[in-house]
Amino acid sequence: MSALRIAVPRGALFTPTLGLLDRIGVDTAEVRENDRKLLFAESGIVTMRPSDVPTYVEAGAADLGITGKDVLMEQSEREVYELADLGYGHCTMVLATVAGEDRAAEALRRLGVMRIATKYPRIAARHFLETGRQAEIVEVKGSVELAPLAGLVEGIVDLTATGATLRENGLVVREEIARCSARLIANPVAHKLKAEAIDAVLERVGAV
Amino acid sequence: MVVDRIPSGTRDVLPDEMRELRAMTNRIRNVFEAAGYGEVYTPALEYENTLARGDLRAARPAYRVFDEHGNVLVLRSDMTVPIARVAATRYSHVAPPLRFSYLAHAYRGVRPQRGQSREFLQAGVELIGAAAPEGTAEALTVLCAALDAAGLETYRVGLGDASLFPGLLEALHVPDTARERILTELVQGDFVGLQREVTALGLAGGDAELLLEVPRLRGGPEVLDALPNPLRNPATGMRAVHALLNPQTAERIIFDLGLVRSLGYYTGAVFQVYDPALGVSIGSGGRYDDLLGRFGRPMPAVGFAVNVERLHIALAGEERGRSG
Repeated sequence: MSALRIAVPRGALFTPTLGLLDRIGVDTAEVRENDRKLLFAESGIVTMRPSDVPTYVEAGAADLGITGKDVLMEQSEREVYELADLGYGHCTMVLATVAGEDRAAEALRRLGVMRIATKYPRIAARHFLETGRQAEIVEVKGSVELAPLAGLVEGIVDLTATGATLRENGLVVREEIARCSARLIANPVAHKLKAEAIDAVLERVGAV
Repeated sequence: MVVDRIPSGTRDVLPDEMRELRAMTNRIRNVFEAAGYGEVYTPALEYENTLARGDLRAARPAYRVFDEHGNVLVLRSDMTVPIARVAATRYSHVAPPLRFSYLAHAYRGVRPQRGQSREFLQAGVELIGAAAPEGTAEALTVLCAALDAAGLETYRVGLGDASLFPGLLEALHVPDTARERILTELVQGDFVGLQREVTALGLAGGDAELLLEVPRLRGGPEVLDALPNPLRNPATGMRAVHALLNPQTAERIIFDLGLVRSLGYYTGAVFQVYDPALGVSIGSGGRYDDLLGRFGRPMPAVGFAVNVERLHIALAGEERGRSG
């Protein structure tokens, strides 16, 4: 198995991903014991932020990677193969606004444009383009929920799993943009040159 | 201090790098010449109408200017279309096959922050008037000889067929609109999307499985065995090419049924160079049997281009791998 280098996302997908790797025969004990170490030569695992996974895989610094569909949608120009839906880490990309009258719709009607805060500027821009609405996208790095509460914007585009954070901040979902889950991706060159090892992983995750 | 920048995606080459590049390209040039491929150079600027005989959308030419008469001039985005023009216009009375090589820059648009090159150096050949499988086998042989001469050791060449998957979709009577979507998923390497699109077709179980299975097939000659009826022809074509190769070229070949190229002018065999030292392909090529006809002189043709800068990176990577 250590013939392949696998990029593993830290964060919400970390624990289920290590569970998956255990099930397909990659030893993750060392990864679980070391919170600060990043590269595990023995098992071939490298750990990183989910949004960095496509970067490493595209460049061939990792052969395989696991990350959310949201990351892949936001970085849609990355030249990686999306091999399988791993069936965990389910969440939804939504448009949400403050509860009550939909201020985003009102702004669009009266001012011709709505202001939308997001960590996913490209997904948001594409969604409003495809649905024929003008939107001014405001990119934020931290808690997106704050932006409409403080009056920075009328709505947000964000990822939600249970909706709890939205509800706690008095926001309601107005539209579902996309369903997301964890995906297995591969470097295109590795996919050709390490075909057997990669197909063995696919078979073990039950994707073929 | 004033620092004058250069456009992103362009670069200066200084003497240390230049010496290495020159040594490499001289060895490649010698291989091309010895195989009978005379070197040509064509203008970097061509009329847009000329380049439009290729595939303007996929080739991504990005730099257009007006000349003093209001004509649109484009910086060429590959050498295949200009050489097709040369073959059709300057060699119109010369009996085929025609063999040309080039070492020239081409220009494409870049996406921001991606390290893509606006200007890149290509070394390649075009073999015009030589049909499959002989012509394809000759191009693959010259390709491998050039890479060997450059000093690349661990590369492989993926060999596929551009007509394979569209042919399969047609044989299974997949509607046109769905075909387009399925091919888009395939070009983007999105197997999850492919599965979604294929499932949506509601085909009989075996047919759907075939559409999902075929693009995953890659490996030795055994992947060509036991292919079902609609794929026998391309498979026979690939086997015929393989049978014509000398052993050292043949052992470089990976059969790759999922290989699809975004350039619209490819008609048959397509190939791509892979090396474990680089995460992207180093070069590519294929048959373009219809392109010369668009210049008024129908002839089958095949060619390839190696990205010289990527080849240099791969060589350095292999060297590091050997010493470490």
